[in-house]
Amino acid sequence: MGYVAVKGGSEAIEESIQRLKYERIKKGTVLDIRDIEGGMRGLIDTVMSESSLYDRQVASVAIKQAEGSIEEAVFLMRAYRSTLPRKYYSNVIDTKNMFVERRISASFKDIPGGQILGTTYDYTHRLIDFDLSKENTMEVEKWLDSYRKKREIEEPADVDLCNLPRVTDMLRKEGIIAQALEDNTPPIDVTKKNMEFPTKRSERLQVLTRGQTGAVIALGYASLRGFGDLHPTVGELRVGYVDICIANPMGDDEFYIGNIQITEVESYISSPDKNNADGNKLNLTIGYGVCYGQNESKAIAMSILDTDLETQEKKFPTQDEEFVLYHIDSVEATGFISHLKLPHYVTFKSKLDGIRRTREAREK
Amino acid sequence: MGTKYNFAFFDEGSKREIRRATLKAIAIPGYQVPFASREMPIGRGWGTGGLQLTLSLIGEKEILKVIDQGSDESVNAVNIKKLIVSTTGVQTTIDTRKATLIQSRHRIPEIPLNKEQILVLQVPIPEPLRVVEASEHKTKRLHSESDYSGAWLMLFEQIMKYDSVTHGADYPVIVKDRYVMSPSPIPRFDNPKLNNSEALILLGAGREKKIYAVPPYTKVISMAFEDYPFRVENFSGQKCHLCGGQGVYLDEIVDEKTGETYYQCNDTSNCLMRLNGGK
Repeated sequence: MGYVAVKGGSEAIEESIQRLKYERIKKGTVLDIRDIEGGMRGLIDTVMSESSLYDRQVASVAIKQAEGSIEEAVFLMRAYRSTLPRKYYSNVIDTKNMFVERRISASFKDIPGGQILGTTYDYTHRLIDFDLSKENTMEVEKWLDSYRKKREIEEPADVDLCNLPRVTDMLRKEGIIAQALEDNTPPIDVTKKNMEFPTKRSERLQVLTRGQTGAVIALGYASLRGFGDLHPTVGELRVGYVDICIANPMGDDEFYIGNIQITEVESYISSPDKNNADGNKLNLTIGYGVCYGQNESKAIAMSILDTDLETQEKKFPTQDEEFVLYHIDSVEATGFISHLKLPHYVTFKSKLDGIRRTREAREK
Repeated sequence: MGTKYNFAFFDEGSKREIRRATLKAIAIPGYQVPFASREMPIGRGWGTGGLQLTLSLIGEKEILKVIDQGSDESVNAVNIKKLIVSTTGVQTTIDTRKATLIQSRHRIPEIPLNKEQILVLQVPIPEPLRVVEASEHKTKRLHSESDYSGAWLMLFEQIMKYDSVTHGADYPVIVKDRYVMSPSPIPRFDNPKLNNSEALILLGAGREKKIYAVPPYTKVISMAFEDYPFRVENFSGQKCHLCGGQGVYLDEIVDEKTGETYYQCNDTSNCLMRLNGGK
């Protein structure tokens, strides 16, 4: 009888996968997808944004499967995304027509259309509400009822929430916003074509918006704190819905295919006026941040990094596009870090050989 | 999964796109061709580049072999094989001679490959100059200008400091007298197998989004100086405790009880073949 190969690997993997399932359900409870969709808005928004796939239901399943691990859920979504046929690019979305749910400006107290606080944690005290552990459906329904009734009797606001004037437009009229010509070059799709350096702004914005939330915020913070040149002012932060349309291939019109919630930020940074020959005048440039769902810190950090990467004079790592753009993707970063768990004994043996050789050489 | 996905996971358009990049890579030996690397159901850094090459090339009649660090049964090899089989249903083998398509991480099999075979190597860092230059923009230019002084200096400095080249695996090679190429972290021991190989060797880096190739019968030389020639890992006086194999890459194993070091073939399929009386 001949020798047969050891079959350890397959069985060990199978057992490990069983064990993983056991950990997820061992308490005998089944997490309902509707509960995730209903109550895990923040998690879903983070996952959708980092996955660059907008689908609350699929995100909810991914979150369930990943036991709430963002890194894993994003990984699942991205792999799923790879299998989806990509048939259309949407038409350009003008966010001027966003249905605004929340909109604030840190630059001006009074803005046309007013500040709209909307949904935010900003003014809550971060005290754990222990009553939530006892929250039940009945009291929730009662609360919802009275909340909705109150809404009904309220006078509707006399602003058109789908056509709010932009803060930037006010400043543009005054001429202190750096004049940017309309640029209608079709964006480069970074998932279809590799980035080439120096990159185009469309590439940078794509990589930033799908970046890992923590990574984008950390680099944005580093820039703000001192490893960058700027202290931006949030000109306008908006959260709301925008319509997605695709062009009709047979005609001039377009088809509406749905809407998505986004967070959009315009930050102002003062910089030398390029059109002023003496260089003694300043104007404002705009840093732009946008992402799926309500991810405000990420969108603001993105607007900082957008400005940083536009800077011609590179003094800080946050202005180095390779440093920023190559390292903020969740799937890439966590994948390469986690690959260190794979066996490296061939390479390590090779390394040892190199080390041993230097010792032999010295002893000689 | 299975039924919901196309044959070999990707849609045909994606496969074609990857194959186009592969053809370009074959046409320019050793040159890193950028490609639209997809996110895969396995981790970036766990073999997604190799996996994408394999999936773009695989046909129904293929006989597949997947190895990781020399072993067919390493968990990651098993896992990749499982994914490929579940989306294609192809036959697999551990016998290197029977395989038509071999995906490998960090090893080239001991038995010489033949012209009917394709070897796909998984690559973590495709850029041989990355250790001396962090910027992709700059390394791309260095390649186009054949400016490899940085790579030579790196070797030179090791000799000055340690009186030997200390580079471990992933030892840079020069392909067809033109491009300096990272052979993926194969041990130096495997570098000579790249030279004049009968089989097509493809290298895929998923995270870094690059494909490159060593076409059959291509000259591949490991970088070295005349007075400090290229040296493979030293296994003199050591042999496999199972099959008695010598002149093969050996794993170092420490006996739990005696604390003694002994050696075993790293290429498990080759070891098994020898044990079973194969040549």
